[in-house]
Amino acid sequence: MRVKKTKMSHASKVEAIWGWVFILPTMLGLIILNYIPAVNTVYQSLCKTGDFGRGNIFVGLENYKRAFSDTEIWQSLWNTVKYAIIEVPAGIVISLILAVFLCDKKIKGKSLFRTIFFLPMVCAPAAVAMVWKWLYNQQFGLINNLVHKNIAWISEPKIAWISIAIIGVWSIIGYNMVLFIGGLQEIPHDYYEAAELDGASKLQQFFHITIPMLSPTMFFVVQTRIIGALTLFDLMFMVMDKTNAALGNTQSIVYLFYTESFTNGNKGYGAAIAMILVVFIMLITLILQKIEKKIVFYN
Amino acid sequence: MGTKYTIRKILIYTFLSIAAVIMIIPFAWMILTALKTNQEAISVSPFYIFPKNGWHFENFATVWKSYDFFVLYKNTLLFILFRVICACLTATMAGYAFARLNFPGKKIMFSLVLIQMMIPSQIYIIPQYLMVSKLHLMNTMAGLVFPGIVTAFGTYLLKTGYQSLPKELEEAAKLDGCNIGQTFLFIMMPLAKSSMVSLGIFTALFAFKDLMWPMIVCTESATTTLSAGLAKMQGQYGSDYPSMMASAVLAVIPMIVIYVIFQKQFVEGIATSGGKL
Repeated sequence: MRVKKTKMSHASKVEAIWGWVFILPTMLGLIILNYIPAVNTVYQSLCKTGDFGRGNIFVGLENYKRAFSDTEIWQSLWNTVKYAIIEVPAGIVISLILAVFLCDKKIKGKSLFRTIFFLPMVCAPAAVAMVWKWLYNQQFGLINNLVHKNIAWISEPKIAWISIAIIGVWSIIGYNMVLFIGGLQEIPHDYYEAAELDGASKLQQFFHITIPMLSPTMFFVVQTRIIGALTLFDLMFMVMDKTNAALGNTQSIVYLFYTESFTNGNKGYGAAIAMILVVFIMLITLILQKIEKKIVFYN
Repeated sequence: MGTKYTIRKILIYTFLSIAAVIMIIPFAWMILTALKTNQEAISVSPFYIFPKNGWHFENFATVWKSYDFFVLYKNTLLFILFRVICACLTATMAGYAFARLNFPGKKIMFSLVLIQMMIPSQIYIIPQYLMVSKLHLMNTMAGLVFPGIVTAFGTYLLKTGYQSLPKELEEAAKLDGCNIGQTFLFIMMPLAKSSMVSLGIFTALFAFKDLMWPMIVCTESATTTLSAGLAKMQGQYGSDYPSMMASAVLAVIPMIVIYVIFQKQFVEGIATSGGKL
């Protein structure tokens, strides 16, 4: 008995060593590349930046004081929220409809449609933004030529943010759709057959079977999309020039973070903006998790 | 019943087709513009949909030469390759350990993995940049790959992958005298291939699309990636629309070709990994 016990503990010691060897690269990487930088950003946000990141002067909450009275930051946060309010619901509704249609057994050409809808997902947003900027071009763009109007899609402050949200929706539909198709395929088919026998219409089936059964996928998509939309950068950076008249009413918080930290070289203030963004996103994540427990239906 | 069904079918096809056309138009316009002269591209009345005086394929050759696309392709390919190899290697080991091995500190370490996934990446960027610049890795491939050497998301993905595998295989391997390293390398890792393919595709796409990090770290054209290169070209070409669209085509074509070939893996990879794209 006794011999066996020491043998066991020897085996578990060996297992523990293997376990640590296996996780060591990842844990070291996470600590060096993520956890130390995260703490460093908190510290940076309390500093005024000298040249080339050197000569940090501790200034306490100075950056935050400046940030809280800086209307540009609040405006950019609001811009980002506005963008999310369009992109997230529109992207989800359209892609859900597409997914439901593509799961219909009698529809042909499914894989062709799926390939087309997913196409923007494999394109660099930089290229996507260039193409849309050309489509939106006020003088020579395809859209104004088709509608015979002279609309300044991306430099009129009142509509520029909508134009960018449209690019966002166009880019993300395929991704949402693929996730929804995955969720739809997991719904047992008997449910629909039973509903059919009871005389439920397709629309009733959609609202009483599909939507509740899809709620875990739906929640996942909503959550990732909200966070994705709130950290929007690429499209914004490529579409909006520094001289664009609509920049103030359109720029996202991450865009502002980038310009402050890397174009203006003001790392301390940039770090403070990053902290505000992080707190904002963590708050939203917490709220979403509270909501999840109430509304998501897990089988 | 019959007519009702036909109407439904027509409605579905109409909706799908309209959506497909809207998705295709930007691509079509990109290609058509790339084949025009600038004169044709900016001609409003008459407005040309197709190039009028022949298809100007030489636009591609011009941008290829004027902006060294060969270097951009090479950099992007290496960047993707290194990121994928690093991510798969570190994540498959850590994922296996978290899924199947017992060791002290496991719970705390795994919660570090989960917390990293929840924090927006913007919080790391400034210090990561300062580290790269202190290590003199600016404008190098090492600096470009640097923040993606390990992946919390991949570790989590692989952990779930290993958890879904049957335990019996491991026990059988143990009885046959395999140690943990052998069991992992020869039995378990090959079985987790599909999770690793998902992670590989996800990592490749993420690296291919990334714009901010390459712009920060690779300020020189010779060291940058396609995405960041495009940002430079946009400023450079100004209002030469065919050149701009030709470079956009050159930037998206490789990934589209790969996607069309490995479609099933792409779609499955995204569907199973979901992730933070």
